[in-house]
Amino acid sequence: MNLQFLADGLVMGAMIGLGAIGVTLTYAILRFANFAHGEFIAWGAYIALALTGVVGAIAVDKSSTFGSLSFGWPIILAAAVAAVLTGGLAVALDLCLFSRLRNRGNAIVMVIASFGASLALRNLLEFLFTSQPAYFSQKIQMAIPIGAGIRITPDQLFLLGLTMVLFILVDSFMVHSASGRAMRAVAENPTLAKISGVNVDKVIRTTWMLGGALACAAGIMVGLTVQVRPYMGFDLLLPLFAAAILGGIGSVRGAVAGGLIVGISEALAVRLVGADYRAAIAFLILVTVLMFRPAGLFGVRP
Amino acid sequence: MMLDIIIYLAFFLAIALSYGIICLGLNLQWGQTGLFNVGVAGFVAIGAYVSALLTTPEAAQRFGGFDWPIWGGWIAGALAAALASVLTGAVALRLRADYLAISTFGIATTIHLVALNAESLTGGPFGIAFIPRLFAGLESEPMKFNFLNFLFVAAISAGVYGGLEILMRSPWGRVLRAIREDEVAAVSLGKNATSFRLQAFALGGAIMGLGGALQAHLIGFIAPENYLPTLTFQVWAMLIIGGSGNNRGALLGAVAVWGLWSLSGAVLSGFVPAEHQARVAALRIVLIGVVLAGVLLVRPRGILGEKILVSRFLRE
Repeated sequence: MNLQFLADGLVMGAMIGLGAIGVTLTYAILRFANFAHGEFIAWGAYIALALTGVVGAIAVDKSSTFGSLSFGWPIILAAAVAAVLTGGLAVALDLCLFSRLRNRGNAIVMVIASFGASLALRNLLEFLFTSQPAYFSQKIQMAIPIGAGIRITPDQLFLLGLTMVLFILVDSFMVHSASGRAMRAVAENPTLAKISGVNVDKVIRTTWMLGGALACAAGIMVGLTVQVRPYMGFDLLLPLFAAAILGGIGSVRGAVAGGLIVGISEALAVRLVGADYRAAIAFLILVTVLMFRPAGLFGVRP
Repeated sequence: MMLDIIIYLAFFLAIALSYGIICLGLNLQWGQTGLFNVGVAGFVAIGAYVSALLTTPEAAQRFGGFDWPIWGGWIAGALAAALASVLTGAVALRLRADYLAISTFGIATTIHLVALNAESLTGGPFGIAFIPRLFAGLESEPMKFNFLNFLFVAAISAGVYGGLEILMRSPWGRVLRAIREDEVAAVSLGKNATSFRLQAFALGGAIMGLGGALQAHLIGFIAPENYLPTLTFQVWAMLIIGGSGNNRGALLGAVAVWGLWSLSGAVLSGFVPAEHQARVAALRIVLIGVVLAGVLLVRPRGILGEKILVSRFLRE
């Protein structure tokens, strides 16, 4: 059997993992399933795309790219700014909407609000940028063979490496830094964390900032390897939830592992039964986890 | 001209009330029982597709040709939606509340995929046409046709409304609200919370399926793009704006939101140049989203809000 699906699944899984970290953290710390998280992915990609255009217009040498990659400094610069802006978007959405509903004590109302926000944000994108797909680069990259019949493009290889670095950074942030510790404390017991002097508002802001920035990274990855569309984030939502629940709510490592499993399963399914039912794979995984191991792989609470 | 407006009004109200029926189903699930269903579109689609497949004449490209009577299709559509609800509920209802939301979202996505891709079963992206319409013999007389359709849908929604009102005042309805308000207390009184939730979820799903089937026969044509998450969102907006927990609010919200939706559509096609219409159409959904968020923030109980219901024997 051709093992190409492993490479495709790994790339897809890395993007899902990046998005699922945000889902799992908001779920654990703010205690609701955020249906608007997919929109951070799409908004992140569009913000980066718009900024790349701006940076590219100012840049002296427009055609410079890194080695055999399809992009150069403009995208890296734009990505850094876009990550901060997307994090800011998440914080702003929390400020306008979620923070006001939080104190009413009904988490499900927040889910309804996030569902509404998701549709509004997505359609705003469609209004601003139309539903036509957009691309970071028009260059076509040749995939290079790396053995065992697997081919991968230099862009994909670079992005996989970058994701690895991001995963390690986020994981050590959660484990070792004071902010990470505070986040885990709030996830475990918000009241106890508060009376122990943890600044819960700051933790919430950090959570949105981190989730938004990682979603932006995922969006740029999807944009570079596939295309940028208003629906790109919403289409990823079910895989994101499946990955977060499979990994165990609140676990960053679980979200990454879940993302890779979902991505590789999707790629395998595409290889075996075709792409028509790709989106149902995440649902199958989700139902299986809910039936047999609702706590997920790394989770503790049911 | 005047006549056209009256005909349109009858048609508009018939469609709005068919949404009202779907909204009543959601009110039973969310308003009364606190079950969060993000897959409304999926259950509506099941009702519509099952009824359409059973009642349409034979078509060359797909499975079908059963020529059932319309009412038979409706009952089958409602039952199929109930079955799908039971299956979804059995997996997700015993877990934390958000898991039901995610599972229903997943099942709606899957149902949409089947509608879109299983061409030999569902007609694929082209959908199903020639669904028998009610009072089809009168189609040449639009006034009579639209009015009879409106009266018929109004009668069905009144029936569903009345049935639900009786149920809500019954001991069964009280148990649902008891579980929603304080599950521990209800369980300590010997009520099986999961079983009651599953019953409410299934009945709500059946009502959504019925609404979907009704809609399919009102319009005579269905396609996968009718059953996107936008539909779920519209029904939610109807319920929250009308007042969740209140059956009259569900119907009122359906008419109000469908009115807002149709009006914004009319403004759009009247004032926006053709080349920008698809783009500006997205703003309609933003509009409904902003109204929904505003209602959640400013008036969470909606226009009517929930009435406190007690047993009819306790009324003064």
